[in-house]
Amino acid sequence: MSSNEPAALVDHGADPGLAIESTGRGPRSPRRGAFARLLGSELRLVFRRRRNLALLIVLAGPPVLIGIAVKTSAPHGGNGFFGQITGNGLFLVYTALTVSLPLFLPLAVGVVGGDSIAGEAGAGTLRYLLTIPVGRTRLLVAKALSVLVFVTAAVVVVAVSGLITGWVLFGIRDLTLLSGDTVSLADGLLRTAALTLYVVIALTGLVAIAMFISTLTEVPIAAMAATVAATIIVQVLDAVPQIGSARSWLFTHNWLGFGELLRSDVDVRTLIGWSMLQVGYVVIFGSLAWARFTTKDITS
Amino acid sequence: MSSPGILTAGLSRCFGRQQAVAGLSLLVPRGAVYGFLGPNGSGKTTTIRMLLGLIAPDEGTIEVLGRPMPRSSAWVLPQVGALIEGPAFHPYLSGLDNLRRLDVCDATADPRTRPARIESALHRVGLEAAARKRYRQYSLGMKQRLGLAGALLAPREVLILDEPTNGLDPQGTREVRTLVRSLAADGTTVLVSSHLLSEVEQVATHVGIMSAGRLLAQGTLDEVLGGAAPSLQVETTEPEAAAALLTRLGLREIVVDRTHDRLTAALGEHDPADVNRELVQAGVPVRAIATVRPALEDLFVQLTGEGFDVLQ
Repeated sequence: MSSNEPAALVDHGADPGLAIESTGRGPRSPRRGAFARLLGSELRLVFRRRRNLALLIVLAGPPVLIGIAVKTSAPHGGNGFFGQITGNGLFLVYTALTVSLPLFLPLAVGVVGGDSIAGEAGAGTLRYLLTIPVGRTRLLVAKALSVLVFVTAAVVVVAVSGLITGWVLFGIRDLTLLSGDTVSLADGLLRTAALTLYVVIALTGLVAIAMFISTLTEVPIAAMAATVAATIIVQVLDAVPQIGSARSWLFTHNWLGFGELLRSDVDVRTLIGWSMLQVGYVVIFGSLAWARFTTKDITS
Repeated sequence: MSSPGILTAGLSRCFGRQQAVAGLSLLVPRGAVYGFLGPNGSGKTTTIRMLLGLIAPDEGTIEVLGRPMPRSSAWVLPQVGALIEGPAFHPYLSGLDNLRRLDVCDATADPRTRPARIESALHRVGLEAAARKRYRQYSLGMKQRLGLAGALLAPREVLILDEPTNGLDPQGTREVRTLVRSLAADGTTVLVSSHLLSEVEQVATHVGIMSAGRLLAQGTLDEVLGGAAPSLQVETTEPEAAAALLTRLGLREIVVDRTHDRLTAALGEHDPADVNRELVQAGVPVRAIATVRPALEDLFVQLTGEGFDVLQ
């Protein structure tokens, strides 16, 4: 080292922090709990981002607006769940989920899922993560899980917002099922929780699609838009009767099937069948995302 | 410790029709400071990305610390710190949070020593005061410093620094030089890519010069500079007389520059002190006498061309 240059950056004579240097260089092996810490870091990244928090707040809005609209309008009104809200606030939960499923919830999946890989690629942080090395499969799995947790939070926000609004404006009471039978409030709340869980499961296929699209681009907004566009196109196809029975393979086809949980005899088999369709989408698009991401040249 | 820090053989990569890297055989000995030089677009960054397993080569092999890449990434990369094409961090997180995130993603990092290691890395790059500022608010130089801190989060066997002084002021540039020297003094192998030749010349023990995807020269600084053949430069009001004397003394390649009253000659095995005494004793008025080593820049321009054109 030449003597005429300032040593400010490297003057570590008296710095206790640099004692670590003595632990030495050389090979290091993975430590226990590393994946849990990685997942925690991903979750912090997702849930501390203001845009994502704003998204959750926006999702809480429609149930409140619907509740106020129903409260201030004529006492009798509407088909399906809408007409029953005044009688039992629980129905506001079902209405809120029905209204949010076609666009708002897919938007949440698109924004967070589409951003997951493409966002890191676009910001250039992906090359640093991969040279740490984080492991491409590990990173993809941690990202997918964090997106799934966010989507769960989004669905729960919609449901809880509907529940609280319904409770405050209309009260909640024993639940009259679609078949006409009445079950206790506890049973009703349990069914509502199961129904919320079904909506989360119904969105897992879309989460996998969003992850796959996210591995294709370095432009996060493109991945977000493509995910939302895919949802809309599939819903349009689902409305074309000529497509016939093939429609039942579309990932959106059974999204609103959660009404099944409001029958006196819940057809669990059908619900499992519908859930298996989502598992199929997760396997296919998860594999595609993995195949793409683990072989991709990182040039961003 | 006998295996080289970095060794590649016949490394090639095309992007479409563009041959970005062609038949590259790099040798970075353990403990060397290797100046990796080349004009913009010569394939330096593609090479660095291949060394780090970000881009797959079409052909050729890579060994880092004696293990094949990218197959041994999990063993190799924890020992490698890298700055690749400028720093990249999450803009809405503070510098400190960004470093925490990087370290958490390292499965081999000890969470108990994390705060101390981050503090030490920030200290080394002089960024402690700005650690809690959002990355978005950082100046270019601060971003570059944070990138260096990221590369220094753990003790490293190899450091790969792509244009580490980009965006730094002269003071920062000197600090980076000092940092590289101190790391090398600890035995770390450093590969510094740069197009700033004078900067590399000051720290490098070895150099490799790339152009249009090919390695044009490689070796120790002395080897690459043509066996370090120094020349003698004499300033005198009587250059012809001096030239005659130098010829008699057996010096070769004598060039007389009358406009500047100067002459140069290949020094060979001669002692400049003897030559000086002979000149003075022969009554040649010597204004100045110096031994001049060829500059890296001269060689670089000679190898890669003068122009501003990006080579295809």
